[in-house]
Amino acid sequence: MANIKIALAGNPNSGKTTLFNELTGSSQYVGNWPGVTVEKKDGILKGTKDVVVQDLPGIYSLSPYSLEEKVSRRFLVEENPDAILNIVDGTNIERNLYLSTQLAELGLPMVMAVNMMDVVKRNGDKIDFGKVGKALGCEVVGISALKKEGGLEAAQRTVELAKNATSSKKRPEVPHVFTGSVEHAIAHIEESIQGKVAQRSIRWYAIKIFERDREIIKDLDIGVGLMKHIEEHIRDCEKELDDDSESIITNQRYEFIQNLMSKALSKSEQRKNKATLSDKIDKIVTNRILALPIFILSLCVMWWLAVAEGGPGTVLTDWANDGFLGDGWHLPFTTHEVDGKDFEAASEEFAKAEATVKAWEAGEKTASIGDEETGETSDEWTVDEAAYNAAKEVEEPDPSKYGVWVPGIGALIGSGLEKLGVGNTVKSLVNDGAWGGVATVLGFVPVIFVVFLFLAFLEDCGYMARVAFIMDRLFRKFGLSGKSFIPMIVGKGCGVPAVMAARTIENERDHRMTVILATFVPCGAKTVIIAMFAAVFFRDMWYVAPLMDIIGIAIIVMGGIALKKSKMFAGEAAPFVMELPAYHMPTVSGIWRHTWTRLKGYMLKAGLIIFPACVFLWFIMHFDFKFNLLEDEQIAESMLATMGGWIAWLLKPLGFGSWQGAAASVSAEIAKEQATATLGLVAANMDGASTAAHVTNLFASFVPACVPEASKVAVAKLIAMSFMVFNLFIPPCMVAIAVTFREMGSKAWGWLAIAFQLFVGYVLAMSIYQIGLVVCGCGFGFWTAVALLVDAWCLWMVFRPARRTNA
Amino acid sequence: MTLNELEIGKTAKVVRLLGEGAVKRRIMDMGITKGTAVTLRKIAPLGDPIEVTVRGYELSLRREEAVKIEVA
Repeated sequence: MANIKIALAGNPNSGKTTLFNELTGSSQYVGNWPGVTVEKKDGILKGTKDVVVQDLPGIYSLSPYSLEEKVSRRFLVEENPDAILNIVDGTNIERNLYLSTQLAELGLPMVMAVNMMDVVKRNGDKIDFGKVGKALGCEVVGISALKKEGGLEAAQRTVELAKNATSSKKRPEVPHVFTGSVEHAIAHIEESIQGKVAQRSIRWYAIKIFERDREIIKDLDIGVGLMKHIEEHIRDCEKELDDDSESIITNQRYEFIQNLMSKALSKSEQRKNKATLSDKIDKIVTNRILALPIFILSLCVMWWLAVAEGGPGTVLTDWANDGFLGDGWHLPFTTHEVDGKDFEAASEEFAKAEATVKAWEAGEKTASIGDEETGETSDEWTVDEAAYNAAKEVEEPDPSKYGVWVPGIGALIGSGLEKLGVGNTVKSLVNDGAWGGVATVLGFVPVIFVVFLFLAFLEDCGYMARVAFIMDRLFRKFGLSGKSFIPMIVGKGCGVPAVMAARTIENERDHRMTVILATFVPCGAKTVIIAMFAAVFFRDMWYVAPLMDIIGIAIIVMGGIALKKSKMFAGEAAPFVMELPAYHMPTVSGIWRHTWTRLKGYMLKAGLIIFPACVFLWFIMHFDFKFNLLEDEQIAESMLATMGGWIAWLLKPLGFGSWQGAAASVSAEIAKEQATATLGLVAANMDGASTAAHVTNLFASFVPACVPEASKVAVAKLIAMSFMVFNLFIPPCMVAIAVTFREMGSKAWGWLAIAFQLFVGYVLAMSIYQIGLVVCGCGFGFWTAVALLVDAWCLWMVFRPARRTNA
Repeated sequence: MTLNELEIGKTAKVVRLLGEGAVKRRIMDMGITKGTAVTLRKIAPLGDPIEVTVRGYELSLRREEAVKIEVA
């Protein structure tokens, strides 16, 4: 038996996703329709091996205007599914049947599953399936997707119809919904396109031509002469009914449905004017005064859940990175104190002791501990011989003594390699290179999981549509959607879930712009860079960190305005005619499935790109061109250093055009905080006692000769600022880039996003450095002119008058 | 009068749709066709968009789209 393909079609919010989950279970495959950002999902029907259920995007019509509709109708007419399963919301049947009348015209076997029958019954309404089925020429069954009632049976019935249709030549009855003169014109058109299209769909094509659907007319290659003849019939109709053909068709479809409903639907009298629970919730949630506070509150909840210090997202992330994937972790509730100290206190004591020993042996009078990444010292104390001797006695605490210790995968791999007795090269390759790459991908899983759990809840319960309703006015001004706010808030914590969160934006243009712009808000990892530079260079400038956030927001606003006016994003404004679905309590399984498919998609697609890239970067950092394995401190001899030298000239106009600056920026693409670690390594052979001093001297060495002696320190700071800004606003880490490519739907758009971000970061850094140089008395040079010209061009792109967009 | 001039809570019938192309088609596809009763439910906190009830469900549209819908 050949494969059977069933198309699942229906309005958004009709319970299509719930039904799809029930029908296909875990066999789902999620991707994009070719070249666009619209999600494509398919799966194998439960209990069968050869029946593919293709989930079409939720659509209201088969018009040629929206992307979802175009994708759907192309699938329906070009890929010839064997049958259609049309899901219809029984509580909102009038508008839902509008799509059904169009689907029926395709001439494919069709089963209509009227969903939410439990609610319809509870409301006391009655729908006469027989009458609806007869009028539309399809079989009608009642289901409740949420309660898993009838869905599978409806799908099985669809399969049966598909099988029967291939064996018998009988075609389904196509409904005739229009009035005499329109039907007459359609009959004429059918006659004239005979042979050009599949016989069973001829009526659908004829109606599309009557509507003057440009795409269909182009595809069918109807000659000028024939079109002229058809045009006469259409004009006659338009004259008679005093309206344009598209409106005639739409009006008559709705009239037909209204007529049908007056016979087939009996509404319970008592409920007609009662406010539903959904109405009551909405009164509060989109209330003029309460709406914004409630929205902000829900954002705060999400922020705390996903990215706030001490929230479940960060706790899970720390556990995943340091515990599960790293050294190991204590089973909760099994920990206890040894000698009156818990494991953390004992570890800190050991770290202090280590620092004391190191300081005394180096002949220094003070020792300190602090944050390795930012170079900030958290504690400093003097050392003497007694302290040294005492410190030498302190032993590293054994975690297994403090509770049930579960070794992490990283530790297990390490000890496994130890046992195998492999050489250092292999050990480093497996542990730091390969496992490091995998761990990078997996390390993002907790935060993505938490963000999507929350977003799935917001979407499934119906609040997300209200977010767009509440915020639309503000964000439309810079070309974004009301829903763009959410990715940007998530972006403050981590860019990866932020880019993925943009999925909730249906409009493709708004979606792509949000993806390009969302990562400009400095994320958690970029905050590490800011913290290091603040500690080393900008101690007296408290405003540096908030300034970076403000720059990020300014880029989003100005970038949005500029992109909106650009050719790529110009064109007809997308209508914001959006359904506000009734609120309902989402199901646990629904939310779980929603979250899991996103997570799976991330791990598969992003992992495939990130893993090799991480291994590659690790490789060029730890090997020289003779393929000798290098210690971390030997980074100056690595391939990365040599390659950094090759591209250093590109960074000259930014002030840090040396292999060190290039190497730090390139390695920061693994993960942004790597910039600080690499800087520490590449600066290690500079003068100075601490990493902070090394880095300060490294930047001092970048200061050009033209700078007068008095301004040398200021210019070193200026270069530091340029370096920091560059690393904050060029494309984010590789994981985020991989996700961006996936979400943009095509390589060309992915590259465009990267190019835009690279441009913004580069121009900002160049402007800061070049203009600062002039202020510091270095004179007006060639690059000053370039920087000013580019800045002027950018401002023009933002402030020029908008294009006329009459399509 | 156009749809955006309707008072909150009031219902009116669609007389005519102005404009053309994607926006007009979308408005019609969503069920706002000639003769349909539309009720203005509320206005968003920032003054735009608006929410209406049509054919038994809630729909939001911007003022720039609402001005293209003549009601009486």
